[in-house]
Amino acid sequence: MTNPQGTTLEAAPPSPTDPQPPLSEPHGRRWNGLGWGFLVKLAIMAVINAFGVMGIIAAFQAEAWLILGAAVLLLVAADLVYFTKKALPLKYLLPGLAFLLIFQVFVFAYTAYIAFTNYGSGHVGSMEQAAQAAVIQGERRVDDSPRFPLSIVERGGEYGLAIVDDGEIKAGSADQVLEVVGQTDSTSAPKEVPGWNVLTINQVLAVQSEITSLRVPISDDPNDGSLRTRDGTTASVYLSTMVWDADAQTVTDTTSGTVYHATDRGLFTSDDGQSLTTGWVVNVGFANFVQLFTDPTMLEPLALVTVWTFAWAFLSVAVPFALGLVLAIIYNDERIRGRKILRTLFILPYAFPAFMSALLWSGMFNAEFGVVNQLFFGGASIDWLGDPWLARGAVLFVNVWLTFPYFFLVCTGAIQALPADALEAASIDGAGRFRQLRSIILPLVFVATAPLLISSFAFSFNNFTIIYLFNSGGPTIPGAPYTLGYTDILISAIWDISGVNGGRANYGLASALSIIVFIVVAAISALAFRQTKKLEEYQ
Amino acid sequence: MRKMGIGIAALATSTLLLAGCGGSSTPTDTDSETDEAIDASGVTLTIWTDANRAPAIEAAAKTFEEETGGKIDLVQKNFEDIRADFINQVPTGNGPDITVGAHDFLGSFVEAGVIDTVDLGDAADQLEQVAIDAFTYDGQVYGFPYALESIALIQNTDLVGEDAPATWDDMIAAGTESGAERPFVINTAGQTGDAYTMYGFQTSFGAPVFVQDASGSYTSEVGMGGDAGTAFAEWLGENGETGTGYISTTIDYDINNELFASGKAAYTIQGPWAIETLTAQGVNIKVNPIPSAGGETAAPFVGVQGFYVSSQSANALVAQQFLTHYLATDEAQQALYDADPRLPAWKSVAEKVADDPVVAGFLASAANGVPQPSIPEMGSVWELWNTAQVQIIKGADPASTWTTMVSDVESAIG
Repeated sequence: MTNPQGTTLEAAPPSPTDPQPPLSEPHGRRWNGLGWGFLVKLAIMAVINAFGVMGIIAAFQAEAWLILGAAVLLLVAADLVYFTKKALPLKYLLPGLAFLLIFQVFVFAYTAYIAFTNYGSGHVGSMEQAAQAAVIQGERRVDDSPRFPLSIVERGGEYGLAIVDDGEIKAGSADQVLEVVGQTDSTSAPKEVPGWNVLTINQVLAVQSEITSLRVPISDDPNDGSLRTRDGTTASVYLSTMVWDADAQTVTDTTSGTVYHATDRGLFTSDDGQSLTTGWVVNVGFANFVQLFTDPTMLEPLALVTVWTFAWAFLSVAVPFALGLVLAIIYNDERIRGRKILRTLFILPYAFPAFMSALLWSGMFNAEFGVVNQLFFGGASIDWLGDPWLARGAVLFVNVWLTFPYFFLVCTGAIQALPADALEAASIDGAGRFRQLRSIILPLVFVATAPLLISSFAFSFNNFTIIYLFNSGGPTIPGAPYTLGYTDILISAIWDISGVNGGRANYGLASALSIIVFIVVAAISALAFRQTKKLEEYQ
Repeated sequence: MRKMGIGIAALATSTLLLAGCGGSSTPTDTDSETDEAIDASGVTLTIWTDANRAPAIEAAAKTFEEETGGKIDLVQKNFEDIRADFINQVPTGNGPDITVGAHDFLGSFVEAGVIDTVDLGDAADQLEQVAIDAFTYDGQVYGFPYALESIALIQNTDLVGEDAPATWDDMIAAGTESGAERPFVINTAGQTGDAYTMYGFQTSFGAPVFVQDASGSYTSEVGMGGDAGTAFAEWLGENGETGTGYISTTIDYDINNELFASGKAAYTIQGPWAIETLTAQGVNIKVNPIPSAGGETAAPFVGVQGFYVSSQSANALVAQQFLTHYLATDEAQQALYDADPRLPAWKSVAEKVADDPVVAGFLASAANGVPQPSIPEMGSVWELWNTAQVQIIKGADPASTWTTMVSDVESAIG
């Protein structure tokens, strides 16, 4: 497109010497034509609006009010920003802000919200759902109850069940105790029920939730049980033992008379301390944070994990950086032949997918079958993966192997970009190679790479992939909950605690730990960035 | 305008994302619309399945769709994701109506309140009782079981013949005599530990993980402690890395299968899922019950696969009908077996496939077995249990390590 902005007609860019229209207004505000550009904008905005409205409708149907609100807000903001002339800067900022809102602010806020709940195994739904589960768990089929052939019937808007029992047609509804309404010779479901309209299967399917929740008492004594159906074609007698009182927020066991009260721990608990199986999500305040710092079974493994996380993050930056820097300086020397090929070979580990490398190395470190012991240690049975210290060394080695090419690349670039005149001046002043290295090359390389080192530290701090794929954080610390292991770093500990992997889940605790990790990483990064300003004084 | 292009793409993506968040609930919404329009074709059942079983369920779904006009929305998921996703999505209303699952999900599903009870109806007569028992929690049936799975002793017939060894010592003797590099290999999942595969040997010492009550249901009383448990631990230590070395933490799943498949090991313990790998290099096998190491019958865990109905399903009636009328048929059960060969719990199919010697071998092993506990407490056991076994295999003091583990388990389950 030669004329993407459609502006030539009304406003050719003024030449610098042209005194005529003074550019009091930015170019974007001044233009108000209907050229190609506007049509393209219209088309793109139409698509955005279409998706936006779709999102809003979907959120409305899912009753996800928060998402609905956010979608409406974003869509209105997008239309306002791009169709009015009032907010020029926002035209550039809005997409970024939208991303920030959705991927950063929302995720963080949601994690923070979970951290203050007991969300996890046994606490996933609402109180109503927990009560419903208690009712389901307490409703049992009467042992000797036969399976009666059944028709679903209706009378004046009220649904009922009609069965054939020993030649008699019996019908009833929730308010109408089952009564004999006719005789039949057939043993199949009654096709006609006196006083009731028999529903077709299609009609039944349309009201299935009413039918599945329908209970027809078989006598005036509630302890005799009631008729219910699960598939719409047969019915059996069930006895319900749990009664949910929504107003009092209690579940009562009618056989023993025990009353279970809703507690602020998200469980139905009786006066003698017995709780029902199913709980619900409640706000538990700082309980998760308190548990992290006071639970003796958690405290010790978590302290080990934390110390190792810092060591791991620091060494994962320091060692590969040192190695990369040394190699970069050596292979920058013009006297080395085949530098290009050698440099390319150095970068190879970086070109491997990290997860593949982690898995491969894990196999190579196997004490009995691994190539490491067989080739380098004369077949000795060194337990790389089973001994805590050897495992730490092994996983660190793998990470160094994986990341040194990155620092090699970065340092090579930084060295090649050094001002030649400064080096030349230094050598004229009589500075030797070592002096040049110490006073000019290293400081300048540090200035160039410091932000990368900080971000690498933050990345290594949360480098889940290597830890998880290499050894799943193993070997396990004996007696530690959630399979916490000696090479687990905080982020993989969070993964273990969340229970995504199986076992007991505790999303609340995992989220609380995530928040703490976030604060730690943010604090370290802020401090480190402040420190790098000092380095910049060299420039 | 030019710079706006990127921004618009970004915004479009984010809006798409929002649409995606809400979009998954669409089936439920169509259901509520049917309240006015009386037409079964508006009913959509959402079923979660893994890729293996999808074709079989698809076939049953087709019959269902033709006969009722309803629609079935089959969602393929990784089997490992199903448990956590089901628990988390059902309460939000975005879960499926039915999901495929293993019976050991049962405890956590009941605890989370996400599943409904099921009336198997006449189908119950066609199912193996052990399968129904596995899907029974506190006296109520919560799912439709269809397949069993169990591990068994697999032996290389070229090396050690077809006869089943009765005891561990017999097996080791025969294996050693065969001249194979290793008489026996067993997967310990590397450094993670694999108490599941080891369980047959453990039960042969009379040390079950949880004590079963008279009806066969597991109680939360840990059964691994005491002299029987210690005896097993001692045995594990004797055969571990510092002992005879038959059991080693250098063996993971792949290495185990490779050693057996290449003829370097005479015996191994594995499940039906590994048969293809174990025979891939031409080794002839026979499947036998696990030999006893401690004198009592070696009882491996029997796992059961089946279908669960969501407690929040808006289509409970249709979901039940689909299970008891469309999956509970010989054709559907045969299709399930063909799609993913596990031991059928459906009697007529089981009889049909019992001629297969491999299936017969696993059935014989399963006959000795006990159901894998599905009580929620089990979630706290695996990790500690596996870890203790790894430590003992690596040479830690068996008795004290085992006793510590048992008391850790007891305090973890409260």
